[in-house]
Amino acid sequence: MDFPVELLINAIIAGVLLGGFYVAVTVGVSISFGMLDIVNIAHPAFIILGSYLAYILNSRMDVDPVLAGLLMLPVFYALGASIYQVYYVSFEMRGREALSGLAFFFGILFITEVALILVFGVDYRYVEAAYIGPTLRFAFVDLPYRLLVPCVLALTMLAVLQLYLSRTFVGRAIMAVSQDQGALALMAADPIKIKRIAFGISIATAALAGAFLIIIQPVEPSVGREYIGRVFAICVLGGLGSLPGTVIGAMILGIMESITATFYGPSWAPAVSFGFLLLTLAFRPSGLLGR
Amino acid sequence: MQSRIFLVVCIAVAAAIFAFARWLGSEYLFFAGYVVVQFVVLATAWNILGGYCGYVNFGSAAFFALGAYTSVFFHKTYPLPVPLLILLGGIVSGIVGFGMGYLTLRLRGAFFAIATLALAVVLQTLIINWNYVGGSRGAYTIRPPSIDILGATLPYMQYLFLLMLLLAVVAIMAARTIERSRLGFGFATIRDDELAAEACGVPTLRLKLIATTLSGALMGMAGAPFPYYIAYIEPSSAFGLAYAVNSIAMPMIGGTGTWIGPLIGALLLGSIQEVARVTISSAVNLLIVGVLLVSFVIIAPNGIVGLVQDRLRARKK
Repeated sequence: MDFPVELLINAIIAGVLLGGFYVAVTVGVSISFGMLDIVNIAHPAFIILGSYLAYILNSRMDVDPVLAGLLMLPVFYALGASIYQVYYVSFEMRGREALSGLAFFFGILFITEVALILVFGVDYRYVEAAYIGPTLRFAFVDLPYRLLVPCVLALTMLAVLQLYLSRTFVGRAIMAVSQDQGALALMAADPIKIKRIAFGISIATAALAGAFLIIIQPVEPSVGREYIGRVFAICVLGGLGSLPGTVIGAMILGIMESITATFYGPSWAPAVSFGFLLLTLAFRPSGLLGR
Repeated sequence: MQSRIFLVVCIAVAAAIFAFARWLGSEYLFFAGYVVVQFVVLATAWNILGGYCGYVNFGSAAFFALGAYTSVFFHKTYPLPVPLLILLGGIVSGIVGFGMGYLTLRLRGAFFAIATLALAVVLQTLIINWNYVGGSRGAYTIRPPSIDILGATLPYMQYLFLLMLLLAVVAIMAARTIERSRLGFGFATIRDDELAAEACGVPTLRLKLIATTLSGALMGMAGAPFPYYIAYIEPSSAFGLAYAVNSIAMPMIGGTGTWIGPLIGALLLGSIQEVARVTISSAVNLLIVGVLLVSFVIIAPNGIVGLVQDRLRARKK
């Protein structure tokens, strides 16, 4: 049997598309963990929450899932800002981020998952839209729209965020807050307010990522758990706090997972991200594009 | 209190509980009691790393399931008595704990926490793909109806309960001994200020590795009798999020830093959950745990023990 080159090429292309989607999933953690030093392990739970809200809007009011994601942005921003306020008052002010702060986010992750199970049950939910189903074909290369649309939109979102962070005053302040809070305060910017805005943005990205997720695959409440390892693997692999690094990390992981799933079966795919995470932590903890 | 006297007291309490449960004579009591005592072991084990060193382990379920699946493996290859399986489960989980720690503990604490989360997912993937121990279909481990020890015949469920009680005594003794030893003081320096400890010559990495290994081993030991308790084991029940969240919530609610905190937390939360499971539903009881965890870390970060200490201090003034 000769080596199935076409299969390999298709797997790589699917991996790139998947990687694009992973960018959307990870960018929020890149901001919260990478720039603000907030270990928000509940991020995947907010993504699943976004998926379910998109599902409700889609099935009850026939709203396009991507539009639903955009509509949810302000709501998630407010949610993120208020969570940061609680986090700041309860943990950062008392210097208790390490133990209590982590337990807090773990509790939120857990509550969200159980609450979704209680409300929606453990059935898989999915959305309907014109681009879920058809596939763009070039010769033997398949580009399913259901992967292509999230990928393109996710990369657009990342570009917008990168521009925002590097060009505006608030954006630069967000990048600065992880390096020197005191210096930022001297620039007449309130570090707490900046962090609140940044965390709001980070959770807002989960709204869109959630919408993308439910476009790509049917969702049930515990799907989020698979994404915890993935998200942090990408984040660490790319280098903490670096958005271009996030893209590279996401692409590498997407391609590796897609190849593993194609040649060894999808049940092995979750092990890939963990392998990457451990290897990165052991050999290059600052990641590929780390500072 | 001296350690020897304390040990005698612990064993006396365990014996009293066992005798009382036998006197009441309800099989259900042993079933429910087993779960509560199992959580005492898990919470105490978590606290050795989390409470004493300040390193959060989200992968309790992984260590627990490792112990359980070690038993399943031996059940299929070469059936061994449960006490031996407990030892083996402890060794396997301890080794994994050591390896995990060695790879990630040189970095910031958050990385260790994240790695433990991912560990649970990956071990579950491995078990799902490992057909010999049942894969995703699960495996049956039928327990014998009864067992003869020291000439007496005990129903098997009571035997498992007794073993778990003894394991809880071992765990609590270990935790209490650590707390009052050089090792415990070393752990406390890591929790309070790792950089300063390192600068003063505390071998932080070595201490952290001891803590992860010990904590992992105890969790594995708690998991080893589980297949016999449940009789049918499959990956999603052995790796259930309930173990991870309970072994964090119990010490946090009881109070970290002392051996009594996890004990109080486990007894309280464990009993509430057993009652809620029967009277309401098992999903709701998980919600209760999550909500309690979040409210305690926000409102009473030192747990019940902390609340009591504050009250005592206020009265002295």
